[in-house]
Amino acid sequence: MSAVMRSGVALAPVAPAPATAAGPVSQVRVVRAEWTKLRALRSTKWCGLSALVLIVGLGAASAGSGTPYHVSPGVSAAAAVSSGLLGVLFAQLLVGVVGVLAFSGEYGTGMIRATLAVVPARLPVLWAKLIVLVGLVLPVTLLCAFVDFFAATAIESSRGGSAISLTDPGVLRIMIGASLYLTVVVIIGLALGALLRRTATGLAVFAGVFFVVPIVVAALPHKITGFATYLPSNAGGALWGNPLTTGHALSPWAGFAVLCGYAVVLTGLAAWQLCRRDA
Amino acid sequence: MIEIDGLTKRYGDKTAVDGLSFVVEPGVVTGFLGPNGAGKSTTMRMIAGLDRPTSGTVRVNGKHYPGAAAPMAELGILLDARSVHPGLSARNNLLALGRTAGIGRRRVDEVIELAGLGEVAGTRAGGFSLGMGQRLGVAAALLGQPQTVVLDEPVNGLDPDGVRWIRLLLKSLADEGRTVFVSSHLMSEMAQTATQLVVLGRGKLISQSSVEDFTGHAGAGGVIVRTPEPARLGQVLAAPGVTVIEDGSDLLRVSGTTAEQIGTAAWRAHLPVYELTPAQASLEEAFMQVTRDSIEYHAGATR
Repeated sequence: MSAVMRSGVALAPVAPAPATAAGPVSQVRVVRAEWTKLRALRSTKWCGLSALVLIVGLGAASAGSGTPYHVSPGVSAAAAVSSGLLGVLFAQLLVGVVGVLAFSGEYGTGMIRATLAVVPARLPVLWAKLIVLVGLVLPVTLLCAFVDFFAATAIESSRGGSAISLTDPGVLRIMIGASLYLTVVVIIGLALGALLRRTATGLAVFAGVFFVVPIVVAALPHKITGFATYLPSNAGGALWGNPLTTGHALSPWAGFAVLCGYAVVLTGLAAWQLCRRDA
Repeated sequence: MIEIDGLTKRYGDKTAVDGLSFVVEPGVVTGFLGPNGAGKSTTMRMIAGLDRPTSGTVRVNGKHYPGAAAPMAELGILLDARSVHPGLSARNNLLALGRTAGIGRRRVDEVIELAGLGEVAGTRAGGFSLGMGQRLGVAAALLGQPQTVVLDEPVNGLDPDGVRWIRLLLKSLADEGRTVFVSSHLMSEMAQTATQLVVLGRGKLISQSSVEDFTGHAGAGGVIVRTPEPARLGQVLAAPGVTVIEDGSDLLRVSGTTAEQIGTAAWRAHLPVYELTPAQASLEEAFMQVTRDSIEYHAGATR
């Protein structure tokens, strides 16, 4: 010890702090960093493109195959728009993948250690990922919903029908609702990725909650599946009229609130675990 | 400067780091030696705030690192395992880290050149060889021009050219007044680059000293003298604190004095000397000797 102190003093006279290129870390800067990653990753582009193709393609296909995209005695404008958004059911899986990968991709490759070493406060990384994912998914899915709508109405008009208009009751709420639904879904995916850390586990849990459980539950007698209404996909589905939701549904915004509740709780858990656990 | 005080890390009932205390000074290269499983990487992860200590504290440049306002100005770290995203190019990997500290493309391109990655800056890091990945990791550690640089096994997988690059790099960083803390299992590499040593075994501090003191203390040391007159030279050299051992017909092993003093004394006494060798134990020998008891995984141990 004494030897070290002696030579330390001898070899390192008090010197001015060496030059540095780094400024202070801020939430805005961490958001820019996360945007750099998200933008450059291939998975983001492929998932975004696939979501567009699925939502618009399935909507147009269903309109083109004769599904009425107009108000008729049995079909409200809202129901017609909802069925035209069938692609959302599949797009949610892609959105979930992007969300889960945001963290699990970093844990899987080891990049998380580099990320957290430069932002040792850790929480800004979670908020930054949340902000860039919301900033990506909300506009992209909104675009998808509107392109889907206009494609379907154009097809309907070409058949000579009087198509649904944006001002029909519930139409805008359903289109924006589909986008909001997918945006909250990406947050749930993000939280699952942060909590479970492994891509395979994260995707399995996500797919289980959003695909498998709702389908299994729908096949069971209602007596024991009263909770089905509160499953994330069914609760959130109330906002955009998920055509697969059966039986009793919550009111649109109550359902959305339940979905947001899941996202808040999971994100809270993710934040707590991110701070507590070793990277 | 890195100040480690009473640092302990337990995973379940396994203690990886046990009551470690030492200081890494700026302006010199400090080597971090220890057998596999000694706790070097765990210690380094705790320095960067990636693992939370079970008890004890780490201070980087006098501060609690996770609370630092400008982390990249304080600490740059290369961890043993890869910590880059294979789906991102070298440039985007660095840019994503740099953005958190307001570092832009210019500085990123600077470290890319410094690390010799200019030709592959735009290709995905997933296709990098071990050596290129290592260069990228070092580039990331240097990106913010941090005051303290911590590198876990930086020469791992590097070609001779890369090894020389690291050696010069470490010295120049230390010369700039930065704190340089480098782990390696290559003792010969440490002997060439480090001036200070922290030696770890089973999570405990075994020694902290200069490289010279470390090799001097351990092992036989002393000076080997070959002379046709061993008995007479032995008498000449006899003094308090000097030990002379006759070793064979014409060899003396002398400790407690220097080769210069022995040579001068022999010349004054008109005694011929054929050979005069300071028998310093190599860093490797010293290391083996010091850590023998604390090697966690003996080679060839039966299970």
